[in-house]
Amino acid sequence: MDLTVQDLACARGGLPVLEGVSFTLRPGRALMLRGPNGIGKTTLLRTLAGLQPALSGTISAPPEAMAYAAHADGLKPTLSVEENLRFWARVFGQRDIARALDEFNLTELAHRPAQNLSAGQKRRLGLARLLVTGRPIWVLDEPTVSLDAASVALFGAAVAQHLRMGGSALIATHIHLGFEAVELDLTPFRARPRAMDRFDEAFA
Amino acid sequence: MSLWEYANPQKFMQTSQAVLPAIWGLTALSMVVGLVWGFFLTPEAENFGSTVKIIYLHVPAAMMAINAWVMMLVASLIWLIRRHHVSALAARAAAPVGLTMTLIALATGAIWGQPMWGTYWAWDPRLTSFLILFLFYLGYIALWEAIENPDAAADLTSVLCIVGSVFAVLSRYAVNFWNQGLHQGATLSLDKQENIANVFWLPLLVCLGAFILLFVALVLERTRTEIRVRRIKALIARERMA
Amino acid sequence: MIALFLRDLALAIRAGGGFGLGLAFFLIVVVLVPFGVGPERGILAAIAPGILWVGALLACLLSLDRIFALDFEDGSLDLLATAPIPLEGVVAMKAAAHWVTTGLPLTLAAPVLGLLLHLEPAAYGWLVLSLALGTPALSMIGTFGAALTVGLRRGGLLLSLLVLPLYVPTLIFGAEAVARGAAGQANATPLLMLAGITLATLALLPFAAAAAIRINLR
Repeated sequence: MDLTVQDLACARGGLPVLEGVSFTLRPGRALMLRGPNGIGKTTLLRTLAGLQPALSGTISAPPEAMAYAAHADGLKPTLSVEENLRFWARVFGQRDIARALDEFNLTELAHRPAQNLSAGQKRRLGLARLLVTGRPIWVLDEPTVSLDAASVALFGAAVAQHLRMGGSALIATHIHLGFEAVELDLTPFRARPRAMDRFDEAFA
Repeated sequence: MSLWEYANPQKFMQTSQAVLPAIWGLTALSMVVGLVWGFFLTPEAENFGSTVKIIYLHVPAAMMAINAWVMMLVASLIWLIRRHHVSALAARAAAPVGLTMTLIALATGAIWGQPMWGTYWAWDPRLTSFLILFLFYLGYIALWEAIENPDAAADLTSVLCIVGSVFAVLSRYAVNFWNQGLHQGATLSLDKQENIANVFWLPLLVCLGAFILLFVALVLERTRTEIRVRRIKALIARERMA
Repeated sequence: MIALFLRDLALAIRAGGGFGLGLAFFLIVVVLVPFGVGPERGILAAIAPGILWVGALLACLLSLDRIFALDFEDGSLDLLATAPIPLEGVVAMKAAAHWVTTGLPLTLAAPVLGLLLHLEPAAYGWLVLSLALGTPALSMIGTFGAALTVGLRRGGLLLSLLVLPLYVPTLIFGAEAVARGAAGQANATPLLMLAGITLATLALLPFAAAAAIRINLR
């Protein structure tokens, strides 16, 4: 599924941070969002995922086509790997978790509680969650935070596999993940302060 | 020209600045006339003595305590439906005024209750309802204070105001039921309008008008302050962005 | 949605204290009351319905702030909000799980604690019935309060301030139903009102709570 974003503006805390954002993401491709801290990468991703409304502009794909993941994985420490994954699979109306376990090298860990996993194993479990959503467009916010080099490589390989199978990915990250991707620098889209001559509805 | 134009902050600031002196003047005039008339120029009722004169504070305050909540409910609905910031800020501005009115009604009621019933407090349905209303105001104000994002705060307090209104009405009926359950019928009726003579009623009307004007003046003044606060915050945020 | 309900139950059981904490609190409140008002049988019997209802209400309040807080912190709430199940359903399931872990055990334990307070024999059935009818409303109203305050620092105290006034009608009708039952009076009206409040909150508050969560996640 194509993701076409046109002239999108989004706000954080009631203040516009980005405006005029336009790009197209085709199946099998990945788009890396770049830009300094505070530019609004997280805001943009949350807007695309449907967690907050856009100020203006259009998003061609519905939020239902996107699997959103921030650096919090939504894992419950007292549940086992398999239980965590099975829960998310059922929430997203899927049944098969064997493939996700297998693909992310988690089969041997299936019965271990999530609280006993290393940071890299947790991240892999978080990614396996993306797979059981069955959604084509992955929207990932700083997915490599707190990962070591080996885990980053594993993560990169997993995203590459998703792209090969016809999925696409939109990733906010500062590091190179080891596969070919288009980069989009958000700096030019920083929202400009509007004229100051009068009180308007938004006070700014 | 549409009514909604006054929801523009700039238009609101201009208009409120123009009308506020007149409203304050009318408030002062009617308050002085109503209270002097009520306190000094009415006869003493035979079965109440001079204590009855506290109704010139008690009844208008109690009325505005409820009306302030209704106004907040309307303003919250306008904010949720039409997204006018001034409306949300007016609701926020009205809450402490309503809280104070509730407090005045409770305090004057207690002062009156001591000579009349021999107690400062009775779990009469009406008194209890006002105590519950007081708690609703506290919760509403606390929620406004707790949330940093102004739009989220306006949304959440509006939701609370709507749900709270339903529960406030429900509480009123529950409290009525509860007290009748314990005592067979209310022995002390607080209903004054039915058996009040014109000589007391007319100054009371003036006082009611004075409290309405006072409420309008205070809410307009406080809304202006809230708008200025929001404006300053927005300017600081722009400064940081640039 | 069933999966969410079952997960919340599993979490409550495994985390420990999911079932136990509220019950223990209920027990302590009921045990403390005679120390405060004295051991006379008549006084205790007279105030038993109210104490049992207030105790159950406070025990219910105790675990409210955990309904959404943990899911908010570990990102589950974001993921649930983007999941194909409606957020209203998520809220309703959360309230149901809260009821099963607090309201239901409280209802079942209440007769035992009624014994400690010399509750009138005629009132035991009414006590269980009124708690069974009323505690779902407590859970649902509490879930709404938790949705309003999710993500707030010091949300717990604020949550109590918001929720307790909303509990007033439920408490009045619940305690009244038991007190009338104990006195042998007709108590169909408070029981019907209690059931009405529960049904109305279950029907309407999930929408308000889901709206509050959407605003808080924004």
